[in-house]
Amino acid sequence: MTPSGVLAASASGGDLFVAQNVFFGMIALVMVVSAIRCVTTRNVVHAALWLVLVLAGAAAQFILLGSEFVAVTQVLVYIGAIIVLFLFGIMLTKASMGDDDSVAGEKRLMASLVAVLLAVVMGIALIDSYSDTRVVIDEPQRFGAVSDAIFSQYIVAFEAVSVLLLAALIGAIVVARKE
Amino acid sequence: MIALLAELSYWQITSIRLAAGLVAVLLVAGTLVYAHLFKMVSFMQSRLGPMEAGPYGSLQLLAEIGKFLQKEDIVPRRADRFVFKAAPFVVLTSTFLLLVVLPGGPDAWFITNDLGIYLAMAVSSVSVIGILMAGWGSASKYSLLGGLRATGQLIAYELPLLLAVVGVVIQAETMNLQEIVLAQANGEIFGWGLIGNPFILTQFAGFAIFMIAMQAELTQTPFDMPVAESELVTGYMTEYSGLRFLLFFIGEFATAGVFSAIAAVLFLGGWYVPGLDPTDNLFNVLGPLVLFGKVVVLTFVVFWVRFTFPRFREDQLQRLAWKFLVPLALANIVVTGVLKVVV
Repeated sequence: MTPSGVLAASASGGDLFVAQNVFFGMIALVMVVSAIRCVTTRNVVHAALWLVLVLAGAAAQFILLGSEFVAVTQVLVYIGAIIVLFLFGIMLTKASMGDDDSVAGEKRLMASLVAVLLAVVMGIALIDSYSDTRVVIDEPQRFGAVSDAIFSQYIVAFEAVSVLLLAALIGAIVVARKE
Repeated sequence: MIALLAELSYWQITSIRLAAGLVAVLLVAGTLVYAHLFKMVSFMQSRLGPMEAGPYGSLQLLAEIGKFLQKEDIVPRRADRFVFKAAPFVVLTSTFLLLVVLPGGPDAWFITNDLGIYLAMAVSSVSVIGILMAGWGSASKYSLLGGLRATGQLIAYELPLLLAVVGVVIQAETMNLQEIVLAQANGEIFGWGLIGNPFILTQFAGFAIFMIAMQAELTQTPFDMPVAESELVTGYMTEYSGLRFLLFFIGEFATAGVFSAIAAVLFLGGWYVPGLDPTDNLFNVLGPLVLFGKVVVLTFVVFWVRFTFPRFREDQLQRLAWKFLVPLALANIVVTGVLKVVV
């Protein structure tokens, strides 16, 4: 069967598109390699820059799933704000060039243990809940639908998160200002 | 023209859009450098500016590009080679992504979706990473200080920039830039619809905040602490030479053009001219030119301010953002929201 024939067959069958699966694999590969480099590199700035690739990959996966709003928010919040603050903090405190041997310390065993545990727990939870669900993406998610859901169905959760973030913000200022 | 476009396949339309993007970035950057940086400033300082290459020095740009291309691409010995070399491309990528949301006419757009201005604000923040990469990767104190100053400033002024846009979004009831243009074209001022309703009239506070924050985002004087030449040489660009410096330079001026275009779309009616039907096919050709004209006017203001005012101190600069612009922008949102509900 020709590639376009496969695409048409799978599209009509309600499966995920072939092209989407191919791109998912490519982006996932980039993400996995970047994530491994992020924790194995001995240069803190390089680690933050590898993390940019992981987060950008996550944004790209969201676009493949048709969730444009989540993808753009991922870029705005994680790449535009959090990574920039990481880099800013690293460069203000110790911006040493080259490798820093004190980075990969003796906590490596504990860290990998926690990481494996987290992966297993999350993996089991995801497979248990969604292994029978098939995702059908007919069209990109509407921006307005997201805000409608947030401000009607999930309004209590949304306001609770806002208050929590505000409290964290004020707490950070109080802690930082204590002479 | 529409019939012609409809017959083209996806890759042909994509190629046209790619070419249009390249032309937009290079043409706008070139025009701004020649008209504003070479000529306008020279006239402000009672001199002629470049006059030798071509009539009135109009070919000076080609001479400059030739000069930069010939220069050696120097990487400092202690620099982080890959990060140092990649930084200008990250900054330029941000500029190109920013361009993508701009509409030039009813059918002359790169992408059009509901994200619009939200997408623009998200990708504009990516350039900060490029600037930090340049500042750190150069392994130079001047560059690092410049990079840190630039980051502090860009974070501080991103907030008023975003908040200034919210007023327009509330009034237009959409984030889609194409629909914001149409909302202004079809709007009426107390029932008088002859010139539409450009949002500069109702959102003047938002426009003023946007222009000030834009000046800071572009690190143009009086907000040029990051590249303060008397203390930091040229900040994060200090160690760059040849082509990579040229990329930073193009990025700076193209970003000035693209930000001005976003301001023109949000506040001045974008590609629309009063008196014509906004669905007219004519606008697919006329629209980009109209938008370009508005960009030239807005960047004229940017460079006029740049060459008129002295530089802010770092603390004055931060105070202006956090204690004046942010509260003003929030007040503007509240007033706009109340009026939107009441009227």
